Amino acid sequence: MSANLVALAYLVASVFFILALKGLSSPLTARRGNFLGMVGMTIAVVTTLTVTKNWMLILGCIGLGAIIGAVVARRVQMTAMPELVAFMHSLVGLSAVFIAIAAVNNPVSFGLPAVLTMGSKLELFLGTFIGAMTWSGSVIAFLKLSGRMSGSPITFRGQHMLNLLLAVAMIGFGLWFFFSDTTNWTAFASMTAIAFVLGFLIIIPIGGADMPVVISMLNSYSGWAAAGIGFSLGNPMLIIAGSLVGSSGAILSYIMCKAMNRPFLSVILGGFGGESGTIIIGDGEQKIHRSGSADDAAFLLSNADSVIIVPGYGLAVARAQHSVKELAEKLIAKGVTVRFAIHPVAGRMPGHMNVLLAEAEIPYEQVQEMDEINSDFSDTDVVLVLGANDVVNPAAYIAGSPIYGMPILDVHKARTVMVVKRSMAAGYAGLDNDLFYMDKTMMVFGDAKKVVENMVKAVE
Amino acid sequence: MIGEIDSTIINLTVFVLAIFVGYQVVWNVTPALHTPLMSVTNAISGIILVGAMLAAGSVESDWGSWLGSIAVILATVNVFGGFLVTQRMLEMFRKKDKKGNV
Repeated sequence: MSANLVALAYLVASVFFILALKGLSSPLTARRGNFLGMVGMTIAVVTTLTVTKNWMLILGCIGLGAIIGAVVARRVQMTAMPELVAFMHSLVGLSAVFIAIAAVNNPVSFGLPAVLTMGSKLELFLGTFIGAMTWSGSVIAFLKLSGRMSGSPITFRGQHMLNLLLAVAMIGFGLWFFFSDTTNWTAFASMTAIAFVLGFLIIIPIGGADMPVVISMLNSYSGWAAAGIGFSLGNPMLIIAGSLVGSSGAILSYIMCKAMNRPFLSVILGGFGGESGTIIIGDGEQKIHRSGSADDAAFLLSNADSVIIVPGYGLAVARAQHSVKELAEKLIAKGVTVRFAIHPVAGRMPGHMNVLLAEAEIPYEQVQEMDEINSDFSDTDVVLVLGANDVVNPAAYIAGSPIYGMPILDVHKARTVMVVKRSMAAGYAGLDNDLFYMDKTMMVFGDAKKVVENMVKAVE
Repeated sequence: MIGEIDSTIINLTVFVLAIFVGYQVVWNVTPALHTPLMSVTNAISGIILVGAMLAAGSVESDWGSWLGSIAVILATVNVFGGFLVTQRMLEMFRKKDKKGNV
């Protein structure tokens, strides 16, 4: 195929990628969007095949990758989506590094001049270091999310200074590579190695509570890595697709930071959730909470007109989604209006709780976002909080509280509140929750799944 | 104009415009579908596969081509894994849709 035809086919593929994202604006068009994405990818790959050699090798590799990808996609648990996503980010990062090394080694096979120009060198530098940081950062995120590494932040004295020095050194080697007349492998390799270490160091100080931001941020990085390789190879399709992904991840990071009321910079600098300084233990008084059994809770629920269920990640950990769905169905059958209220950081990644509820076949019409439902709490008879804590803490309205200003679900405005929790322990923010001590609040202690199952039995 | 425009500048133009398109499109994604958004963007960033194929397909260099082949495998895992897991999630949202309309 001529270069112009290839470029045109790439343009068509790019348009398909944009349409794929556009489809996600509604659950009704989302499946078509995903399909259009697949079409775009097929066009891109088939077009590229026409301009490469070694077909057998390439198709063999694609076949192998396809099998691995398909098996992983089929087997993964929905609770493990954050790990899968982190794992996939790391693959993009590593591929970017490999491609950049191959391009430095043999520029001609990518249609670049045999002696790299200054522009190409700069682009290869960008593609490589972003790719390398994406890889090592995602590996750490994967290890933390899958519990193979502790979620608590790892911090040490002079951490930021070290990162800064490494970044300066990396740019220094980059400049050396940039200004060398021949291909300077020493500079290139040193720069890549430092980028790997930096990616690692940047993620270790970030705590478990901030993981939704980290995963969105790495999503963004993986896009920029693809765009960087697009620059290196002078391929506009890679630039377009990479930029789409990059801006998507950046927007998600912004949404997550806003939902936690945390400045992006402080998330990146890390250390949250580990310092003892953030723990504030009441005002010294012994506060009194009221507790009840699952049967009491079931009685209140079945006599209510309207119920809002607030699920948190604790619900997913206890695998109680299906029992909750049963409870909701039984209550609806009794004429109770049941809705679910989702806080943006309810899961471990953006939109995670929606997927977990969808998996339990809870109709998405019953599931509402914080902004949609927040004004309805004051008209609600009973709110059932399952495994959520910080996102329903009214301390967010008290000036001077560490979570002051964080958008929360206004559960405390409902007529009756029921909280299912293992114990009175504090949430990620290490804060006591006044909601638990209100006169209208009843605590139901126990494992979320068992408690909900007992409620289901009791609602008759 | 004074001479030819450098290809880097043209690429930069594409880059900036694509970021604007991405910004507009992504803000319209419903929050309920943010996880599928992330997995589908994962699949799309697998477009790096194209670069990997060029590396694997070069005949002159031996080890560069091997690195390319590994990159092809990695990127394909992303493409297939990303699209298929997105499809799996979106199917869950569909089931509800059917029930909800009954």
